[in-house]
Amino acid sequence: MSEILAKYGFLIVPIIKVAILVFVVLTLDAYLTWLERKVIAHIQARWGPHRVGPHGLLQPLADGIKFILKEDPMPSGVDKKAYFFAPFLTLMLALTSLAVIPFGPDITIFGYTTNFGIADVNLSLLVLFAITALGVYGIALAGWGSNSKYSLLGGLRSSAQMISYELALTLSVVGVLLIAGDLSLKHIVEKQAGDFGLLSWNIVGLSKGGGGFTQIIGCVCFFIAAIAETNRVPFDLAEAESELVAGFHTEYASMKFAMFFIGEYTSMIAVSSLFTILFFGGWLSPFPASWPLTHYLPSIILVPLGLWVVFDGLRYETILGRIILPGLGAVFILLGAGLFLSPVNELIQGPFWFFAKVGAVLFFYIWMRATLPRFRYDQLMGFGWKFLLPVSIANVVLTSAFIMWRMK
Amino acid sequence: MSGVLVIFFVLAALAVFGAVSLILQSHPIHSALSLILVMVSLAGLYLLMGAEFIAAVQIIVYGGAVMVLFVFVIMLLNAGVEERTNFSKLATFGGIPLALALGGIIAAAIARSSGNLPPPAASGAMTSTRELSKLLFSEFVYPFELTSFLILVAILGAIVLAQREN
Repeated sequence: MSEILAKYGFLIVPIIKVAILVFVVLTLDAYLTWLERKVIAHIQARWGPHRVGPHGLLQPLADGIKFILKEDPMPSGVDKKAYFFAPFLTLMLALTSLAVIPFGPDITIFGYTTNFGIADVNLSLLVLFAITALGVYGIALAGWGSNSKYSLLGGLRSSAQMISYELALTLSVVGVLLIAGDLSLKHIVEKQAGDFGLLSWNIVGLSKGGGGFTQIIGCVCFFIAAIAETNRVPFDLAEAESELVAGFHTEYASMKFAMFFIGEYTSMIAVSSLFTILFFGGWLSPFPASWPLTHYLPSIILVPLGLWVVFDGLRYETILGRIILPGLGAVFILLGAGLFLSPVNELIQGPFWFFAKVGAVLFFYIWMRATLPRFRYDQLMGFGWKFLLPVSIANVVLTSAFIMWRMK
Repeated sequence: MSGVLVIFFVLAALAVFGAVSLILQSHPIHSALSLILVMVSLAGLYLLMGAEFIAAVQIIVYGGAVMVLFVFVIMLLNAGVEERTNFSKLATFGGIPLALALGGIIAAAIARSSGNLPPPAASGAMTSTRELSKLLFSEFVYPFELTSFLILVAILGAIVLAQREN
């Protein structure tokens, strides 16, 4: 086994990793839509999806079948090349952007050490920005190619918005780069390790490199710019349904619409991962390394959750629910018990904290969508250019001044 | 080596295809998209030479920012399909021989110098980024600052031109 891995590992391992990542991300996308509908519904005192499967858990599956089976009409007068190419470009770039994100520290399986992510590039941050820079074309082409005034307006708004906010997004990261002195996402996370757990993350900045200078300004700027970059509420003017029907994807149906949808959710995951890596210590635990008991936190959370799902599921109204929910709970309990054992426990620490943080950021995204009203378009552009950009430049100057002062 | 060579020829073919398509397309948006293909293929070629930073910047600045503006302006003006005219006599009798002559000169220059071209300096990504910034801010600091000054002047000029009507 280890001989084969040593010889052909460079070829086999990336293929396996890509397959796992695509599967995990697409499933995550599907259940993110479920979570979004559920959370928004509960904030607005509704039930959300609850007809298809227990608690609506099979709703994403039903949606997927609907997307595949629906008719895919093409409006007349479209620019065929742009119209067909745009959804593929959006989805492709969104999935590619996940390739450079490190989900955990390096792992060793069967004597083969590899990075916990697909590609370990030295310039991973720049590669990520290069991919997001190209992401505008998917939306712009969809808007222009559909031969519809609503689509065109949506596409134009979206491109203008993405160009404007990309500046603030890139500049808000410079503070972190100055502290880390490196463009590799893996090294940026490693630089945030310290004896104080979460106090050494860049958001607080008590690590060796940070030296007590908080990156909270950069953090806030990055998050606001990231929401605009992914076209989410309150900056989702590209698909403002009260004005533009559905914006750039008005004329798309069936699987092509689903590709835009999956692309949007995937880029949400990518941006949340980047946010976690840059400001919240990536895969690092929020507790100091001298507290070994926190290593059992995944089990301590999963087992009671599983027990609750089992006992709650046994009382569910439908028979299907009384089968599925206890089964799901049993899976949770087994998983929690498995994570308790020694080699798996060590292996799972990084990814557990990483996905916990990313999940929290995604929940925040959804929470905002249910809470905030949409910006007006001129307010959006004014805010980006007149407030966000100067503030992120000020953060760069402040951080550089602090580093100069400390080096003396 | 052969794998690198295959990637080089694929990228080079894509770049040439994009450049030719840029001229032959009749719709401005399709031309702009062909130009993006050229930019991205060039970034791939830079990557092949080990210049990872330049490759990333090529995509971010040219592939992203500059070309998005092109596409944006073309969409905003709603430019339609351009009209084709017949070849003018000047193009037939003056242009084609001149183009052939230029192509011949370039081909001759490449044929003469092939074999004694220096190989591209392969370097690690981080060293090249660090070296690049050190060079920019020490040896080439005056040209670098002058360039940024030039860009500032250009921005001011654009603002003045846009404001003139009011």
